[in-house]
Amino acid sequence: MAATSHRFAPPGMTLLQKLGAMSWGLVALLMLTAALGFAMLYSAANGSLQPWAAPQMARFAVGLVLMVSLAMVDIRQLHRWAFWVFGIALLLLVGVEVAGRIGMGAQRWIDLKVFQLQPSEVMKVALVLALARYFHGQSGEQTRKWTSLFIPAAMILVPTVLVLRQPDLGTALLLVAGGGAVMFAAGIALRWFAIAGGLTPIALYVGWKYLLHDYQRDRVLTYLDPERDPLGAGYHILQSKIALGSGGLFGKGFMEGTQSHLSFLPEKQTDFIFTMLAEELGLAGALLLLLLYLLIMAYCFGVAFRSTSQFGRLVAIGIGVNFFLYVFINIAMVTGLIPVVGVPLPLISYGGTAMMTLMVGFGLVASVYVHRDVEVPREPGGSV
Amino acid sequence: MRQDIDRRKRFTRRALVLGGLQVAAIGGLVGRLYGLQVVDAERYQVLAEENRINVRLLPPPRGLIFDRFGEGLAINRQTYRLVLVSEQTDSVAATLDRIASLITLSDRDIRRVLKETSRRRGFVPVTVREDLSWAEVTRVEVNAPELPGVQIEVGQSRHYPFADAASHVTGYVGAVSEAELTGDPLLELPGFRTGKNGVERVFEQELRGTAGTRQVEVNAYGRVIREVAREEGQPGHDLTLTLDMGLQNFTAQRLDGEAASVVVMDVHNGDVLSLVSSPGFDPNAFNYGLTSEAWQGLLNDPKAPLINKTLGGQYPPGSTFKMVVALAALEAGVIDPGETVYCPGFMELGNHTFHCWKRWGHGHVGMVDSIKQSCDVYFYEVANRLGMDRIAEMAERFGLGAPTGVELPGERSGLVPTKAWKEAVLGESWQGGETLIAGIGQGYMLTTPMQLAVMAARLANGNVAVSPRLHRDPSAPDQPLFAPLGVDPEHLAIVQDGMIRVVNDPNSGTAYAARIEDEAMAMAGKTGTAQVRRITKADREANLAIEDIPWNERDHALFVAYAPIDAPRYACAVVVEHGGGGSRVAAPIARDVLREAQRRESAGWPDEGTPPRAPGAAV
Repeated sequence: MAATSHRFAPPGMTLLQKLGAMSWGLVALLMLTAALGFAMLYSAANGSLQPWAAPQMARFAVGLVLMVSLAMVDIRQLHRWAFWVFGIALLLLVGVEVAGRIGMGAQRWIDLKVFQLQPSEVMKVALVLALARYFHGQSGEQTRKWTSLFIPAAMILVPTVLVLRQPDLGTALLLVAGGGAVMFAAGIALRWFAIAGGLTPIALYVGWKYLLHDYQRDRVLTYLDPERDPLGAGYHILQSKIALGSGGLFGKGFMEGTQSHLSFLPEKQTDFIFTMLAEELGLAGALLLLLLYLLIMAYCFGVAFRSTSQFGRLVAIGIGVNFFLYVFINIAMVTGLIPVVGVPLPLISYGGTAMMTLMVGFGLVASVYVHRDVEVPREPGGSV
Repeated sequence: MRQDIDRRKRFTRRALVLGGLQVAAIGGLVGRLYGLQVVDAERYQVLAEENRINVRLLPPPRGLIFDRFGEGLAINRQTYRLVLVSEQTDSVAATLDRIASLITLSDRDIRRVLKETSRRRGFVPVTVREDLSWAEVTRVEVNAPELPGVQIEVGQSRHYPFADAASHVTGYVGAVSEAELTGDPLLELPGFRTGKNGVERVFEQELRGTAGTRQVEVNAYGRVIREVAREEGQPGHDLTLTLDMGLQNFTAQRLDGEAASVVVMDVHNGDVLSLVSSPGFDPNAFNYGLTSEAWQGLLNDPKAPLINKTLGGQYPPGSTFKMVVALAALEAGVIDPGETVYCPGFMELGNHTFHCWKRWGHGHVGMVDSIKQSCDVYFYEVANRLGMDRIAEMAERFGLGAPTGVELPGERSGLVPTKAWKEAVLGESWQGGETLIAGIGQGYMLTTPMQLAVMAARLANGNVAVSPRLHRDPSAPDQPLFAPLGVDPEHLAIVQDGMIRVVNDPNSGTAYAARIEDEAMAMAGKTGTAQVRRITKADREANLAIEDIPWNERDHALFVAYAPIDAPRYACAVVVEHGGGGSRVAAPIARDVLREAQRRESAGWPDEGTPPRAPGAAV
């Protein structure tokens, strides 16, 4: 088929044109959110750029460059590399598993000297790419058939099991939920979700019995009954709720949080940074952050709706849903709605790997936006 | 392409579902935050404050105890404690070495500090040594720059400047015992002391005061960040005693470690001027806990230094009781003061022979002479005519047989036997001979030295039932109102005449040798000798010299007295355990003490214009 239906001739876009078509609105939203994060890290260090705020700024700057660079990459190239990226991510996951087994202990990182590569983080993006490419290659008819279920299911479950073995319950849940959301958006028949829903209790039982580690079971039990261990894992949630609640409507003031500054709050610069924000800036500050998050998610959805290719749509929606899952799990965790699973708050929590993963993800979304009208062939090199 | 449009439409529908779910989930989070931050905000604010604010108690300074002239008997002394904050040092061991070169530090202390600093958090001060001298404090302070993390903490500890001279009056303080815990957190403060004996115990509530509080902000590890609020407590109330420490000291020295009791009191208002139970003990030693050897030593000492004998020692009054018997006889009219009784040296009643202390008898004696010479047969006769119950009634009017109520612990009531008492307690009927024995203050009769002093005061003060007091309450009247004694003044004059003659009649007054020669200070008194052991016929025949009898079988020596004879002011009771005869041992002590009391004017108060010395001056 000819590419005559396009208003532009995308392959011929110059770099300048691409930059002009770049999703600068998204960049602005990300910068605003990240700035709020810098402020909180500055407060967490009792009014100092060190040790958290300054490195976080540097990482964000690198992340922005990475994002804009990725946005310039042709969406067809991304489509072509999707399975390769997934394959490499899978190999890395197996790598840490094997390294752990041959005596280096449980490990989640590969030390690259410059930074530590966390294969499970790479996998979050790679899974979205791979699923998007798979469903891009399937027609609507094919998608609804049961035969097109195996490959994506395997794509989700294999890395999930590997991640669970690390053991990283939070990331495993993110992979299943994020992958499931892409499958749902791709249009697989709804009955499969009904069946999956029916199978969940069984999976939960098996998971509880054979896959969860003692400390993970402990976390779940402590969530179900916080009084069980008021000085152990339950202590963190209790202190977090005290910090949140005592923040009230408008908070105790920037750098005035007693719970966070007197160390009652654990991990205030990482997983529990939302608590600190809500303690110091109150419900008002928390709502501001949630509003920024909603706008970012809406942006991702908007990009998905604008994209002409199923690949682009699924990538944008997949990254958007992943981002949402981070936000939801982290805030639900610190407010005591779900057990402590150790998921950082995107763009706010201190930490390099998560930041890089996010910025790469947003780079993909930006690329989808820049190349929103580019036709992507069913198979690389094939016809549309 | 149709298929593609289909696919896109489905995507849009499902993406909208996903988006809707996300918005709903975010809405759920907002609801949760609203619940925490608005609905339950107050509750969590309280919890956050409780987290942040730590209330610490400030122990109140204990009230001081003064004598009537403002001399400090129990004071608070500053103590200096050297503590080490390990996180401020580069090396605990090196710092300890440097400290050891400045002050004495035992190897045990060093090992203990090393152990404690390794176990505790770095900001917790660890005590290196207690009770530094001022010289040691200055040496440490001068070298402070080379001693990082070393601090001197100032505390207070109880100090008794007169040590054992007033030990039974002041008592002592010690660590709080389990039984004392009332839930008052002050009592659970490490190092807090409560009164364990003496005035310290009786007036514990007044002396203790109330705790202040200090609110400090702490972090999750308990480190104090800053002080938020401070409320000073109420220091304990100071206490002024009626005691004259000068007289007390004199008395204690006069007794010189003998097992003895001396009580001196004001015959009119009951002020206890001196209350010495000898030997005493050093109450300072109890403050930081006694070693078990020292404790065992005090417990096993046959002279029982821990017992306040003035209140807890019970002795037969012996012949000091004879004035009471005489008064009972006069009141009952069983004998006329002029009537004489023939004393052949013994008296027979039934099958028993009752001996007089004077083997060959006193011949014919009247009431005044029988008191002067302490004739036993005269009082056997009088007691026999009276019967026990009338003797007991008079004894009780003179304060015997019941606690005097002086503000000290451990007071015993003594014993005045009656027929009903013997039947109820011993289940036997009263024997006539027992009345005779009681007539000379022996047998079942028991008195404490405090009671004997009260008896002497009531004999001397002109018919008032004075009671002793040790606490000089500034709001109480100088002269409390006492009930009248209800004894015929003429009868009192007769026994007083007898008591004056005991000391001042050169012609066979039993205590003439112990008279006060200065007539203005002259005393009246009565000797007594209380048998510890029944005197057998063999003893009587052996007639051993006192030195030949084992110490704990010797008689107790007693003496009651008042002075001066014209206008009595001071009453005194002396009991020397196993001292032998009252006239030989006890009377000279009473003479010296009463002379000193009059010389010092112990019963006087400082002039109205000069209140008792300020607390600071006593330190």
